[in-house]
Order: sequence, then C-alpha cells, then structure tokens
Amino acid sequence: MKIYVNGKEKLLGTETKTIMTLIESYGLNPKVVIVERNKDIVAKENYVSTILEKGDYIELVHFVGGG
Amino acid sequence: MDLYDRYSRQELFSPIGKEGQKQIQQSHALIIGAGALGTALAESLTRAGIGKLTIVDRDYVEWSNLQRQQLYSESDARDRIPKAVAAKKRLQDINTDVEVVPHVMDVSIEEMEQLIVGVDLILDATDNFDTRLLINDISQKANIPWIYGACVGSYGLSYTIIPGKTPCLQCLLDSIPLGGMTCDTAGIISPAVHIVVAHQVTEALKLLTRNQAALRGSLYSFDLWLNSSSSISVEKMKKHDCPSCGKTPSYPYLDKTNSTKTAVLCGRNTVQIRPASNTSINLETLAKRLTPFGQVSKNHYLLSLTKGEHRLVFFTDGRVLIHGTKDISEAKKLYYQFVG
Repeated sequence: MKIYVNGKEKLLGTETKTIMTLIESYGLNPKVVIVERNKDIVAKENYVSTILEKGDYIELVHFVGGG
Repeated sequence: MDLYDRYSRQELFSPIGKEGQKQIQQSHALIIGAGALGTALAESLTRAGIGKLTIVDRDYVEWSNLQRQQLYSESDARDRIPKAVAAKKRLQDINTDVEVVPHVMDVSIEEMEQLIVGVDLILDATDNFDTRLLINDISQKANIPWIYGACVGSYGLSYTIIPGKTPCLQCLLDSIPLGGMTCDTAGIISPAVHIVVAHQVTEALKLLTRNQAALRGSLYSFDLWLNSSSSISVEKMKKHDCPSCGKTPSYPYLDKTNSTKTAVLCGRNTVQIRPASNTSINLETLAKRLTPFGQVSKNHYLLSLTKGEHRLVFFTDGRVLIHGTKDISEAKKLYYQFVG
C-alpha cells in the first residue's frame, strides 16, 4: 500500500497497519513524535487505533535534543 | 566604503526597511548555548546589527567542535577557551556596534530569572530538554517569545513559541525525551545546523521588526540526507490546562523540586544526576545507542557504560550515577552527551 510520509512516497509492508507501527518502523519513541494525517493532528492515545489507508498523507515530526 | 552602508541590503528588503533595522538595533536577544546552533545564530544576528546579544554556555571549546561551531578557531580549542568568551571575541571582530555579553555558566532557575531581564527574544541553542523546558516556563511567565531549534545527524526542527498565542513546548511534549539521539552519539553535519538556524533567525527578524503576521506558525522539520521535510500546524494542540501556558499555570520547571538535581556522592568520586519527575528512559534503546561508545552492560534495573576513566550507570527512573568525577559540570557534560 502506498502512502506519503513527509512529502515522499512510501510503500508499506503488510506489517505496518497503524500510526503506531509506522512510528516504530522508523525506530522512533511515540512519546516524542507528533503526527498529522491528512491535515489533522492524530492524538497520541489514538496512535494504536488509527489504521492507515491507501494514499494517506502523513506528516511525522520527532523531537531531538541536539544543538 | 561608508559605514552607514553596513545594513543597506537588509534595509532594502522591504518587510524590514529602515524602520525595521532601527528596531533590530534596539533589540536584545538572549542565546542559550554557544555550540553549533548558538554560534551560527550569534553570527547572523551580529551581522544583522542586533543591539545587544547575551550568550550563555557552560562549556569550553574542543577540537570536535570546530567542524561546525563557526565562531571558533584552533587556538580556542588548544587553549580550552570558554565558548562564551571565544564567541564574544570573534563577534566583536565582526561587528563592534553590537553589545555582546558573555556568561560562562550552567543555566538553572536562578540564573534564568536574571538573564531574561530586558530581553526581547530568547533563542534556544541548548543540547538538552531540561534547559528547554526551563526556557519554556520563563518565556510564559515573563511574556517573552522563544524559538526552539534542534538538530542531529542530517535532521533538524524548529518552532516559534509566542506566549498567549501559540501552544508551548509543554503542550507538544508528553514527557521529556531522554535517551534520544544526540550529536555525540548520532553525529551531525553542519548543513543541518544551518537550516535550523536559517529558520530561527528568519523568525527572529520577523519578531524583532514587528512582522508577526509573517511568522511561520507551524512546527517545521527536515532531513537533508533523506530529502524530506514536514510542516505541521499545531495550533490545535494548545492545552487549556497546560501547566506552563494554560489558564492557571504553575510553571513546573521553575519549581526547584521538579528540576534536574545533581549531587556529589561524598567519598565515592561520583555525581548523581536525577532528572525531573516525568521522565522515562528505555534501557533497551539506550543500550543500542551507547554500544559504539564504550563497554555497555545491562540488567533489568540498570545500564552501565564504561568510557575511559568514567562509568555512567543509568536507572529506569532516569537517574544516572557518573563515577570517576566529583565535578558537577564535567558530570553534566557527560550526561547530556549521552542522554540529550
């Protein structure tokens, strides 16, 4: 299934079904990630229950500390 | 060459103009941190002719800084000059009009309360979230905008926080992200620094020249190596019960009981660092990150990293024991190198 993450096409394997598994596929800690799906912010408590759909536009920002 | 031509190109940029230039020259910015972001921010604002610049840093220049920390030279690293001092020297070479005030200090609550007096804008160039959350609270309490910036590897992000308008950092973060990547574990390339700084300085110029309507208003991130970028409108994330910017704020990070505490453990050549209460640390991920940097061993309760003369022991509650030093600032430096 094809979705868009941060403006780039991404083909998802069958194991990536939800926002949570998408975050994990990048090796990120969900607590420090902000996700927007089709222009709407996804609340952190909905990461597990939000199922990705074909053509979704996902924006994914994670916080880092370096500087 | 006429001295008064100095800012002519910036004045020709119509949203700034002569009036905006005057406002820049009457402004006072506080930069917390004089590493990669801090040096680049300071140089840009100095060249732009800011009236006064306060720069704070607890560290001294090392060889590994020279690849990206643009105000420093080999002699600074050789002589271990404090970063704030070395920065001032170079900045005054660039522009004598600017009043540069350096502070060699570790910023905690008391220092922060003094540093913000008379400041129009705070620029974040720190390497850790403890200080950022402190900046976040003082910004709300004193009604001073601040601009978050951070980078690691080829990735970076920036966000502008206006008290009373935008969500604050506390609204966007559920907990302090500890054990994440840092420049000392994942590296950093200088272009990532410059993209973050370009965003921070541009937002700063908009704020200082009263061009609020031009502010970006979103959380911006990019990865230069992956050729990707993202911009998220976060205004809906403003929490009315936020302890920092909500209706009845308690400013938790201005309360000493919630701040990161350090203590020298007598007779043990050890410093304990205990972070604020709502921290979480994942020993599994931390073990993976730290393995290249020393000898790592782990059990269910703690992780130990031995590096040279030092041994850092991380507990799941976020506490870290740093063996091999009695010096709190040396211990903090090691801590933030690996914890971020």
